[in-house]
Amino acid sequence: MLETLIVMLVKIGVVFGALLLTVAYMTWVERKVIADFQVRLGPTRVGPYGLLQPIADGMKLMFKEDLTPSQVERVVYVLAPSLSIIPAFIAFAVIPFGDTTTLFGLLSKPVALHITDIDVGILFVFGVASLGVYGIVLAGWSSNNKYSLLGGLRASAQLISYELSMGLSVVGVLMLAGSLSLVDIVRAQEGIYAWRGIPLLPRWFIFSQPLGFCIYLCCALAETNRAPFDLPEAETELVAGFHTEYSSMKFAMFFMAEYANMITVSALAATLFLGGWLGPIAPSPVWFIGKVFLLLFLFIWLRATLPRFRYDQLMHFGWKRLLPLALLNIAATATGAMLVLRG
Amino acid sequence: MEIAFFSGLALVAAVSAILVVVQRHAVYSALFLIISMGALAGIYILLEAHFVWVIQVIVYAGAIMVLFLFVIMLLDIRREQDPWAAPDRGRILVAVLLSTLLLVELGMAAGTHLVGGAGAPGPAGEFGTTQMVGQLLFTDFLYPFEITSIILLVAMVGAMVLAKKRLT
Repeated sequence: MLETLIVMLVKIGVVFGALLLTVAYMTWVERKVIADFQVRLGPTRVGPYGLLQPIADGMKLMFKEDLTPSQVERVVYVLAPSLSIIPAFIAFAVIPFGDTTTLFGLLSKPVALHITDIDVGILFVFGVASLGVYGIVLAGWSSNNKYSLLGGLRASAQLISYELSMGLSVVGVLMLAGSLSLVDIVRAQEGIYAWRGIPLLPRWFIFSQPLGFCIYLCCALAETNRAPFDLPEAETELVAGFHTEYSSMKFAMFFMAEYANMITVSALAATLFLGGWLGPIAPSPVWFIGKVFLLLFLFIWLRATLPRFRYDQLMHFGWKRLLPLALLNIAATATGAMLVLRG
Repeated sequence: MEIAFFSGLALVAAVSAILVVVQRHAVYSALFLIISMGALAGIYILLEAHFVWVIQVIVYAGAIMVLFLFVIMLLDIRREQDPWAAPDRGRILVAVLLSTLLLVELGMAAGTHLVGGAGAPGPAGEFGTTQMVGQLLFTDFLYPFEITSIILLVAMVGAMVLAKKRLT
């Protein structure tokens, strides 16, 4: 009993700590990678290769004056940053980041490397993620600022539109795996496609669900308000969108929530489509982290490459392109699964 | 333990439901409705109905209420000046009559179970899992399920026909 409790607390601590550290250092990675794309150096002054930059930024934000504009809806204004950061971190509770392990024989019983595995794991992630939008919407509304309000309105419309296609894009995976539990979904991807005894590809769902993966990726970009879908905070039109009136740690919390959401959707994509922790030789968490970082790099790459959508293009793309494609994917997968299963 | 959790959640649900009605600002009403729905979702967990719990969060708290907020913000509904001024007698009478009727009905429905009744059936392991819900929906409850979806579709088409000036 006591050991279970300690193991659980250690797991929560490690995941939370790793998540916070990754969030902090994603800012450094993003600045460095974008700098490379634009043939500049990025941060170089604080520490070797600017490695201490996130810590310096954190200190600065903590000691900055915390301004509250006049005539804000005070309770909601203070609450909004927490409403956006808490769901971003909670969603990670069900994501499996490794196989069961005894930690090189240190523990008496093998421990599963996920905080919890619930029957409705993937729906839990979607449910919690859908709550994250309140932080943005309420921040926009309570700030008593036209730009913020417009940002909040855009965010609510955008997130609702893309949530739908995102949910539908993973239905194919669920049908193939036959479970909503993320651990079961990873286990369903074990094995290798072989042709006449020659191993070709791992049985990851990205190879059987390529369309689903593409739709998921587009929706994930939109859900995390990342370029080219960053309309709620479009600098050229809305100053800074929903967080225009926020400063100091309140601003930092929105920032951290965005990066935490990015990590969560990447981890979910790695779990659903890239085989999660599965991979040869190296320990399972290494594979998982490697896949997540590959997807995070893709996020930054897209930001450096693509211009921002116009608002009508965004809605058109979501409802008239992604949604029918997602439905098509479901129908095709269902037919295929029926034919194969019935033989 | 279960009773304690249930009382807490029920209290939160009931109090925030009352606050929905007495708020002067529509946005705060919506916020309390979200809290009320969250508490309801918690009660579903106590009933071991995990699937219903997560659907409650995704659909009601995550989607429908966001749309409510969107509409409230889009229309920019301001604070009501004085919601308590000039109470309409006829309206109060109807409200009192209807709520008394509802209370009596609820009492009659619950009376058999409330005191010394058998209570809700205990959860039997599989109950409330996604598989169970799915199997029931697509076997025993197939017709009600499909009819509900048709009704929703009709409502949606109706809203579109009413809202659009030209249907081209």
